[in-house]
Amino acid sequence: MPTMRDSFVRVTSDLLTEDPRSALVLADISADQFVAAAQAHPHRVINVGIREQLAIGTAAGLALTGFRPIVHTYASFLVERPFEQVKLDFGHQGVGAVLVSVGASYDWAAGGRTHHAPGDVALMDTLPGWTVHVPGHAAEVEPLLRRATAATEPAYIRLSERTNAIPRDVASPRFDVVGVGSRGTVVAVGPMLDAVLAAVEGLDMTVLYAATVRPFDAGTLVKTLRTPAVVLVEPYLAGTSASHVSTALTHIPHRLLALGVPRDVELRRYGVPEQHDRAYGLDARGLRQAISAFIDG
Amino acid sequence: MTATTVTQRTGYAELPGLVALLTGDEKHDRSAMSTLDVLWVLYDRVLRVSPATANEPDRDRFLLSKGHGPMAYYAILAAKGFIPIDVLSSFGEFDSPLGLHPDRTSIPGVEVGSGSLGHGLPIAVGAALGLRAQGRWRPQVFCLIGDAELDEGSNHEAIAFAGAAALDNLTVVVIDNSSATHGWPGGIATRFSVAGWSTATVDGRDHDALEFAFAPGPGRPHAVVAQVERKSG
Repeated sequence: MPTMRDSFVRVTSDLLTEDPRSALVLADISADQFVAAAQAHPHRVINVGIREQLAIGTAAGLALTGFRPIVHTYASFLVERPFEQVKLDFGHQGVGAVLVSVGASYDWAAGGRTHHAPGDVALMDTLPGWTVHVPGHAAEVEPLLRRATAATEPAYIRLSERTNAIPRDVASPRFDVVGVGSRGTVVAVGPMLDAVLAAVEGLDMTVLYAATVRPFDAGTLVKTLRTPAVVLVEPYLAGTSASHVSTALTHIPHRLLALGVPRDVELRRYGVPEQHDRAYGLDARGLRQAISAFIDG
Repeated sequence: MTATTVTQRTGYAELPGLVALLTGDEKHDRSAMSTLDVLWVLYDRVLRVSPATANEPDRDRFLLSKGHGPMAYYAILAAKGFIPIDVLSSFGEFDSPLGLHPDRTSIPGVEVGSGSLGHGLPIAVGAALGLRAQGRWRPQVFCLIGDAELDEGSNHEAIAFAGAAALDNLTVVVIDNSSATHGWPGGIATRFSVAGWSTATVDGRDHDALEFAFAPGPGRPHAVVAQVERKSG
């Protein structure tokens, strides 16, 4: 089965052929998978080497000459390392790009902290105007990537090796109503959906699936809300979307449980991602425990 | 053409008066104007861009990376008709298009917003690549940085890559007023030449020497080191 990265490589290679205004900027990561695309489009597939500040600046310069560039590397090196370039070289210049990361919060668990980026979406949240997509399945990558490249605003697409068993229809930027219940609402972001569905089995909860998290679809949250008890389950830092829920429910007394990667510890463990899920209470069992206590409390 | 009219009317001799509109001071420290002569030579003799062609795809691009102290830049943009002269006196005010660092979205003719050091050259590399990818061989991309700004590592990412990519539509001018805290032993030009750039080091106040130095050699990016008096104070 293709991974999200496989889908990204295939669709991006297609886009380079289809759209003369597309360009790809790499910083060595995944360059081996774009050899054919680079041969076909030598001036629009640009590998700057291990130079992430330059990768972002280069994309901005391409955008200033009329391109819609895609920039790709590991999340930690795409968002965190050159963050001030991300801040100033796109939105501040009035141009956009599509940033596509791999690695997510701890896809390479054994790689340790240097390759974990649970703070990427929280960082992007400090910048105005960015669309953020968090696909939960490889088949969701193509529609999200095509939508992002066809738009003009800057976009961040967060790919992961973690995946749900079945893709959802992500054609709409709205949250997808997966199930309706009466005791509260769970917003499951991207690859968290399967664990959430297992966790809330029999709990009578509304479940919303979010593959596009910015803009945050407050409308669907409010419209489907029956009991004002909201649970966020995010694959990155806990509470990343908490302010968006608060804003959506400004005029409704509500309770909020924000689950995700904890902010207050550095785990310093290796192993596999499933072990990190367990350590953070983000596996189905941990989620069920937290959500049950919340709706009963 | 409007631009021609303005150019004929407003020459180098008028620049101090325009700068005074920005600073509100008839007597300004020459060292605060380290970029003045380089910018004038670029806009008066080198860059193929005018207010009429400021949005043409085939225009030359000038990216002021060293956005600190943009008075000389704004004065020359006004002298060349990109912005009205009467806007200069609003410099830094709440409603002014002219901030203490330039913003490309509010000033006609400004190709890049700058102020944080080390952003311009990587963006210039992307612009040069973008023009090349569109088969636009005529326009050149120019980027001005300072010798202290060269401290920023992002410049060195760009210098190494531009040399390797043989970006012959890219010219960098480094204003060298010896303000880098740790200096550049071996010379600034060396940082470029070892990466495959052609270089010229000239007197940054000599207009003819600057114009001559801006003529690039073929097949590789070009760096001009413009030496001016040491920054004081």
